[in-house]
Amino acid sequence: MKFSLSWLKDHLATDASLDEILDALNRIGLEVEDVEDKAKELAAFRIAHILTAEQHPNADRLRVCSVDTGEGAPVQIVCGAPNARAGLKTVFAPPGTHIPGKDITIAVGAIRGVESRGMMCSPEELDLPGDSSGIFELPDDAPVGASYAAWAGLDDPVIDVAVTPNRPDALGVAGIARDLAAAGLGSLITPDVAPVAGEGENPVRVIRDFAPGDERLNPAFALRLVRGVKNGPSPEWLQKRLTAIGLRPINALVDITNYITFDRGRPLHVFDAAKVKGDLVVRRARAGEELLALDGKTYRLDEGNVVIADDNGPESLAGIMGGEHSGCDENTTDVLIESALWDAFTIARTGRDLGIITDARYRFERGVDPALTVPGVELATRLVLDLCGGTPSEVTLAGAVPDAERTIALPWAEVKRLTGLDIARDDARAILQALGFVVTGDGDTADVVRPSWRPDVEGKADLVEEVLRIAGIDNVTSTPLPRIEPGITKPVLTLLQRRTRLARRLYASRGLVEAVTWSFVSKAEAELFGGGDARLALANPIAADLSDMRPSLLPGLIRAAQRNADRGFGDVALFEVGQVFADDTPEGQTTSAVALRRGSARAEGVGKHWDGGGEDVGMFDAKADAFALLTALGIATAGVQVVPGGPAWYHPGRSATLQFGPKTIIGAFGELHPKVLQALDAKGPLAVAEIVLDRLPAPKERPTKARPKLVLSDFQPLSRDFAFVVDADVAAGDIIKAIQGAERALISDIRVFDIYEGPGIEAGRKSVATAVTLQPASKTLTEPEIEAISQRIVEAVAKKTGATLRG
Amino acid sequence: MSDLSHLETSLIEAVNAAASEAALEAVRVTALGKKGSVSELLKTLGSMTPDERKERGPLINGLRDRVAAALADRKATLQEEALSARLAQERADVTLPVQEGPQTRGRIHPISQVIDELTAIFADMGFAIAEGPDVETDFYNFTALNFPEGHPAREMHDTFFFSPDAKGERKVLRTHTSPVQVRTMQGQKPPIRVICPGRTYRCDSDQTHTPMFHQVEGLVIDRSAHFGHLKWILEEFCKAFFEVPNVKMRFRPSFFPFTEPSAEVDIQCARKGGDIRFGEGEDWLEILGCGMVHPNVLRNVGLDPDEYQGFAWGMGIDRIAMLKYGMPDLRPFFEADARWLSHYGFRPLDLPSLAGGLSV
Repeated sequence: MKFSLSWLKDHLATDASLDEILDALNRIGLEVEDVEDKAKELAAFRIAHILTAEQHPNADRLRVCSVDTGEGAPVQIVCGAPNARAGLKTVFAPPGTHIPGKDITIAVGAIRGVESRGMMCSPEELDLPGDSSGIFELPDDAPVGASYAAWAGLDDPVIDVAVTPNRPDALGVAGIARDLAAAGLGSLITPDVAPVAGEGENPVRVIRDFAPGDERLNPAFALRLVRGVKNGPSPEWLQKRLTAIGLRPINALVDITNYITFDRGRPLHVFDAAKVKGDLVVRRARAGEELLALDGKTYRLDEGNVVIADDNGPESLAGIMGGEHSGCDENTTDVLIESALWDAFTIARTGRDLGIITDARYRFERGVDPALTVPGVELATRLVLDLCGGTPSEVTLAGAVPDAERTIALPWAEVKRLTGLDIARDDARAILQALGFVVTGDGDTADVVRPSWRPDVEGKADLVEEVLRIAGIDNVTSTPLPRIEPGITKPVLTLLQRRTRLARRLYASRGLVEAVTWSFVSKAEAELFGGGDARLALANPIAADLSDMRPSLLPGLIRAAQRNADRGFGDVALFEVGQVFADDTPEGQTTSAVALRRGSARAEGVGKHWDGGGEDVGMFDAKADAFALLTALGIATAGVQVVPGGPAWYHPGRSATLQFGPKTIIGAFGELHPKVLQALDAKGPLAVAEIVLDRLPAPKERPTKARPKLVLSDFQPLSRDFAFVVDADVAAGDIIKAIQGAERALISDIRVFDIYEGPGIEAGRKSVATAVTLQPASKTLTEPEIEAISQRIVEAVAKKTGATLRG
Repeated sequence: MSDLSHLETSLIEAVNAAASEAALEAVRVTALGKKGSVSELLKTLGSMTPDERKERGPLINGLRDRVAAALADRKATLQEEALSARLAQERADVTLPVQEGPQTRGRIHPISQVIDELTAIFADMGFAIAEGPDVETDFYNFTALNFPEGHPAREMHDTFFFSPDAKGERKVLRTHTSPVQVRTMQGQKPPIRVICPGRTYRCDSDQTHTPMFHQVEGLVIDRSAHFGHLKWILEEFCKAFFEVPNVKMRFRPSFFPFTEPSAEVDIQCARKGGDIRFGEGEDWLEILGCGMVHPNVLRNVGLDPDEYQGFAWGMGIDRIAMLKYGMPDLRPFFEADARWLSHYGFRPLDLPSLAGGLSV
């Protein structure tokens, strides 16, 4: 909402400075977005008089001028403007002046060898409209030495405030003045609206043609005919006001409606009565009806829109924009002035559907003061008579202006209860009264009647806000919030929150860098990773590749890794811990923790190094990430089954599913399916681990924090190596299990320390070398006892896997 | 006794001439070994007369002691020389670079770090962390929060919608974390103190907006929490979060459908070059919105607004991260450029705490 300071002063008698007014606007909730103060910006530009203009000795197009700037002796200025001539009054900038139109600061200089002390300017150089083929041509009576901006009437700052959607009353200068007056910035002097006597009945009838229940679409419609007007450009004061706030003057009749829209927040419309055929009918549009609107565009309407029609069809889109056909121009002699009330919701939807944003729509969808319906016509009539002459008819009012007043019981204690603000009851009462509320009752609870222009005020909390807003939030004392219970703060994080935090720190400690990628992926990506549910497809995605909620963190991370690789950083290790979506219910959203390694970005080191490294990442890097995470989160990994093969997007032979059982899958790890990488335009080597944190079991509740007792053996452990030759597809895990099963009490560790296929081992077989540690508990083992255990181990592995001991 | 002194001279010469421990051992054997020259002399003592022994004994024993001492000295010298020689050999190139280790490379995203900082601050004041779904119903995202159907405030949210279901209801991507407040109030009796950090979405993308961003909201509900408490909480939060002794804040009345009264809050700052410093300067920077929970919102969750009251506030996590840590742009937060993440990210052991400081 833009307005100029002088416009504000039509409604507010005040001695306050501009800065005081701006501060007050911010303080009372009318946030100042911008102030355009031309007088300040153009303070250095003065009116000057060219005394002489001689040809420049070294340049055909330049003149050397002697200029009276109103201060001291005339100064010499070199000027290239074609109209620089002796006797011209123009605009002068002394050295050191910033030229806004060129964004330069001028200095004393020599132009083609002739000294120049300043600059004579064109409107463009001052960032002003006007003929800029040469320098300013001011009238002969322009006072030399005076500020150009002040002389030209540009010293009227334009203030732009952001009005929150609950404050339609502040969409008029009068409403803003009322707020400022309440805040103590002056007194409200908005003139009362004096009715203009009409002569004779309005011959144009208004018919509100609505099905029962639909009358709410247009509760009231006021119309007046003014005959014999002379339309043309509006006077300078009106044009200046509109131009200052960015509106284009059209003609007096139209400018009057725009003026009242901003002056009082009351949108109006004028029809050229000569072009209206028959009665004005207010009704829902018929599907397929079209209207050529004042913006020159044709809109196709439907029953959701309300129009004002005549025998020709729709003439105006109600509350939003008039029609081209019945618009007023310089030939208009009889004008119909409309001031109507429209349903906010219908206006909002029509405007949105048709993509029309107008000052009228903006106000109607927020709520226009119904009490201004008839006064709106009167205000406009007065201005029409003043500017265009003519004879008004009586005002027709179809429908009825609804009573917007509402009485709210306000216990005065509410102010203190909700805000903590100490304010005297009389002061609070005075604030409400200054804002137009009628306050009655002397007891602890007042009856407060809200004014017609404040539809937002519905209950006592709204009244408390009004008191707080005007009294000033600065006057609320900061008050420490007591703890709910005294003492040391209890832990607040849930198990999943703790695990989410820990997962991030764990992955980062393994050299992975945390990424945050979009929650949406493309439909194709969603489908590749087990998603694509129609319930998770956005109806209005911002881009085609951000259309579906992600079923997995993988597509985002794989693409991110590839982008890094494309920039020359192929050895990248990324992770993300974030939400993934199985369906559109709250339960369908889970938290996944994914680690991704690319190139040679292994935990041990990245790239070639004299101390080892440089190998490509592979499935086992991912497995290590997965198990490190599970261990850090307190999961007993002994119970985790590693089942060959992950979900479809994994390499079938180089991936695995992690589970406690077939129905308790917790994640997967491995390398990715080549087809999936191809579909994502990504190249490996890539290895990923994903764990769904929600699926991990909670730790058992224990009565104490004490650890189990530590039992140490007095006897030294001993180790025996066994190299088993097995078929190449035998799983090492099965060998380990068989060893474990052979001797449950004494084996404390089993390690696989070598896998070998090649010369010395027959084709299709491999050697798996294991080191088994025995920890005696009660006595030193004798050689025959050790031999017996070894024998059992070899037999057990042979039985389970067909192994033979390597010779 | 020239034979003894002759022997001693030759033995000491041999000891000192031994160039290695092995050579020295050979000398020891020739002198003090079972059949060594000195051992043989010692054996003669047994067959001597007492007078002879009295005379010869000290001489022979003296010879043995001096030779043994010379052997020990020489041995120590040789060991010292050998060690020096070995140490002179054993040298490594200390300038060779080592593997830096994974915890040097890993990083925590600034958003996660800031959420941990928020958690440290608010957990101390007894706030729990509440979370909720990103895919929300119209009820939780708007209706329960007192957004009237068709109200401009609703349209201002640039909502992402899903397709309508069989009943014609369409879910939305939450446009703010406020639905979590509603879910919390539905699921828990006052007193309530929670913060709700999370991802939020708006159909908006330009230099300073991304379609996905992060918000944190706070909610306090009890029988007495008022605007003065809200001011205090926010002032304390800003000091703790920005790690400055003082901040000056400006509360401007504003409008949110779910709070009444409502305010926007600016924080005073100085801009120096690319830096923003809080607690000084003349500029104002908007950082959050807040207000007393609207009576309609309390009613919508079954709380009597005459019995219970409270306040809520919300701010952008990405935004306060940018303000504190100086990232100039929002978009790179979500681009996963490893260079950006390594530069602006935090090390795995940078654990924010009130005891040790949020950042180091």
